[in-house]
Amino acid sequence: MTEPDDRSSLKQLDERLKAARSRHDRSRGNDSTGKGATSNIGVGFRIAVELIAALAVGVGIGIALDSWLGTKPWMLITFFILGCGAGFTNLIRVARELDRKTRLAKQSKDLGKGHEG
Amino acid sequence: MAAGEKHSPVDQFKVTSLSGEPTSFGGIDVSFTNSSAAMLVTVLTITLFLVFSMRGRALIPGRWQSCAEICYEIVANMLRDNVGSEGRKYFPFVFTIFMFVLFGNFIGLIPGSFTFTSHIIVTFIMAAVIFVGVTVIGFARHGLGYFRMFFPHGAPAWTAVILVPIELVSYLSRPVSLSVRLFANMVVGHVLLKVIAGFVIALGFFGIVPLAFLVGITALEFLVAALQAYIFTILTCIYLHDAIHMH
Repeated sequence: MTEPDDRSSLKQLDERLKAARSRHDRSRGNDSTGKGATSNIGVGFRIAVELIAALAVGVGIGIALDSWLGTKPWMLITFFILGCGAGFTNLIRVARELDRKTRLAKQSKDLGKGHEG
Repeated sequence: MAAGEKHSPVDQFKVTSLSGEPTSFGGIDVSFTNSSAAMLVTVLTITLFLVFSMRGRALIPGRWQSCAEICYEIVANMLRDNVGSEGRKYFPFVFTIFMFVLFGNFIGLIPGSFTFTSHIIVTFIMAAVIFVGVTVIGFARHGLGYFRMFFPHGAPAWTAVILVPIELVSYLSRPVSLSVRLFANMVVGHVLLKVIAGFVIALGFFGIVPLAFLVGITALEFLVAALQAYIFTILTCIYLHDAIHMH
């Protein structure tokens, strides 16, 4: 008597929940991509700092090793080059991560649209 | 930065002992400075905010409770998205860092107060604690296998000569980049505010132009304060992820 009624209302609730959740996800996805210029400044700053920090650490290690081992310019030169390499490694890593994030955001957006249409 | 003294834009970053003279204890300067006071105020504000806003524990949150829950959810989502379910354990630590940096940045924006995140030593110690903690977690979880972190998957063995030092330097640069980013952002913002504020008086009537500019920059600084706290925390999460899953 009341059982089928209950089940159908549960089903309805489930459907409504799903719809609400997908809407919520979509709006969140839009938020993360719609930040625009300000987050781009953040990204640029982050990449610059990443590059400089790796170089600074490389040079620091080089100078420290030089004064410790007494091999005046060689460790500095070696670690300067290694620092450059590390800087670019960091840079590529950041870029890759950002790439993945934008792709994910785009995917969830597309999914949301598919759900709607 | 008392009024009427020097008007250097970097005066605001000067650390002074609040009692007037440095207190030393066992040869170490342990004076209670304006920086320590700002940190104490930050911690007290966070504690009061969280305790009082969550006092009602209502099912339907009020305004304050919503604020506290938003803070919680931001960090919880960050941990879930970046670290996964294993990250739950580290939630208290990450949440503490987020709140401390966020409130420190915001409290520093109150005119006349002090921004402790604008000192490289403060941010570097925080970054160093994160770095050492993450490294310890990595070694605890993977043992000596954590050294594989320094050698990318699938690269030919002979490249180890170049790749391992590069990865090592890259790994060691993490605390530096983490601390320098926060410190530089805060310093640049506050110096910019001071310099432009100096123009307001100097230009007389036309000072209204830099004043309008100042309003915009203040808004931008609020955004930077929140954004930098967010970035600091999200990088902590990414480093945690690397330590737990190894890339």
